[in-house]
Amino acid sequence: MVMPGLVPGIHVFRPGTNKTWMAGTSPAMTETFRDEELLADVICRLIGEVRHVAVGAQSPIPATAALLARERANLHNLGKPYLSLLGSREHTFFTDGSRELFDCAGQNRVDVFFLSGGQIDGAGNINLVSVGGYDHPRARFPGSFGSAYLYYVVPKVILFRLEHSRRTLVPKVDFISAPGCSPDNVYRSGGPIALVTNRCLFDFDRAQKRFRLASVHPGHTLAEVIDNTGFDFDRPADVPTTPAPSAETLRLLRTVVAPMVAEVYPEFATRVFNIVMPAKAGIQ
Amino acid sequence: MIARSLDEALAPIGDGAMLAVPREGSGAAMAATRALIRRGVKRFHLVTLPTSSLQADLLIGAGCVTTLETSAVSLGEFGPAPRFTAAVLAGAIHMRDATCPALHAQLQATEKGVPFMPLRGLLGSDVLAHRPDWKVIDNPFGNSDPIVLLPALKPDVVLFHAPMADRAGNVFIGTQRELITLAHAAQKTVVTVEKIHDGDLLRDPLLAAGTLPGFYVEAIAVEPRGAWPLPLPDHYGIDAAHLREYAQLAATPEGFAQYLDRYVYEKRAA
Repeated sequence: MVMPGLVPGIHVFRPGTNKTWMAGTSPAMTETFRDEELLADVICRLIGEVRHVAVGAQSPIPATAALLARERANLHNLGKPYLSLLGSREHTFFTDGSRELFDCAGQNRVDVFFLSGGQIDGAGNINLVSVGGYDHPRARFPGSFGSAYLYYVVPKVILFRLEHSRRTLVPKVDFISAPGCSPDNVYRSGGPIALVTNRCLFDFDRAQKRFRLASVHPGHTLAEVIDNTGFDFDRPADVPTTPAPSAETLRLLRTVVAPMVAEVYPEFATRVFNIVMPAKAGIQ
Repeated sequence: MIARSLDEALAPIGDGAMLAVPREGSGAAMAATRALIRRGVKRFHLVTLPTSSLQADLLIGAGCVTTLETSAVSLGEFGPAPRFTAAVLAGAIHMRDATCPALHAQLQATEKGVPFMPLRGLLGSDVLAHRPDWKVIDNPFGNSDPIVLLPALKPDVVLFHAPMADRAGNVFIGTQRELITLAHAAQKTVVTVEKIHDGDLLRDPLLAAGTLPGFYVEAIAVEPRGAWPLPLPDHYGIDAAHLREYAQLAATPEGFAQYLDRYVYEKRAA
């Protein structure tokens, strides 16, 4: 298999100019990284070793993480997960149209999926529809996509919301596109396992129906997380700092994963990885 | 079967029709959409399988849609769909919010000629709460197992763009299998294609596996780059510069009117 990142002329990597953090612990390992790279690394660890990771619409960082998970597993001969990136021609195996993802998930053949929300509350409810009353909303989001189904039937749903604020992480969502938890008699083989934001990582405790702070990202503080979260959450006495991505992870991200991401998310790949893909027919 | 003009092919799509269209990545008939707007179509009940982007936003902005049945409308990487958002906030369209597999299941019910289809999920959501046409029953084969039933959805017309058709009206759709479900479920199917294939698509087993039989097809028009500025799978990608321009212009009603003048009312080659 040709690794697109290693083919000259496919892309040019220039070090990011935005806010960066130091990675690694020894001076030889010191390298700067971007927020998006840290988040992809965090999500990659949450994915774990599974058979099938699917990524839906408008999810460039989860797509980056899923590709990283496969390439990292590939590198260490762990057996790589199947990937289904919605909108990709290269990174999908579906031949039955866009319904195949849902049919697959209905039989628990999708292990990991990603969802977000204009609002997310402390019980893991997500809102992809509107703020204010449904009939007279103050704000309108695109819509629920597949969330009102996939949230119930994918065992590991990772919630991802870059903007961590009291506007997005609210006490109670205005519209439940999909609930975080269901009564015992409702068929539910899946649900949330974690929430990743630009400031921290929360784990979701399904028994308690609450989030628990797992780690705070480098450059952010516990006080800042508390100030910017609209819902109550649990936390350990000592909150760890999210580990920085390793040099190997950063190399994989920038040289192997980034050009793959550019197929589906060209704007994102240009902004984050400075990847410029040549115009190519049929990559959609 | 092969119409002499795009307008002739679009004749079956009348005011007030329930019109179903596929998602952006499966072949949106954008040249046909612009022709419908030029004709001044009205009061569509627009169904998207399962989402839409520029196509729904254009039809809504141009005042062609009364009811919208969808899982989501967005310009994806290019941001929110501005005319859709404005129309919902102004109460200008009647929303039937759905979720992706629900729309697939409702069309599959029609395809099979059954009145409804059950679907997991949905229970406890406000998507279900705002759909009085969806019912919850106790699974008759289970024990205290509530499940949602969705009524069959039968569009008057389905419209999409595909790579090619032969002269008998067979249409090659490749792996975009939901286009077959759409055609099976619709009263009438109208298709635009990049080109005419000389020969019989059903005779070659490799092509036949990805072919919608002409039996289901009402009219076909040849429209090269007919999905522009949206992509056609395996043929061309999205016109990113155009989508950026659209997102910028459509942010205001005045800008949207300019867009229509520039790209819809003035017929312009892609």
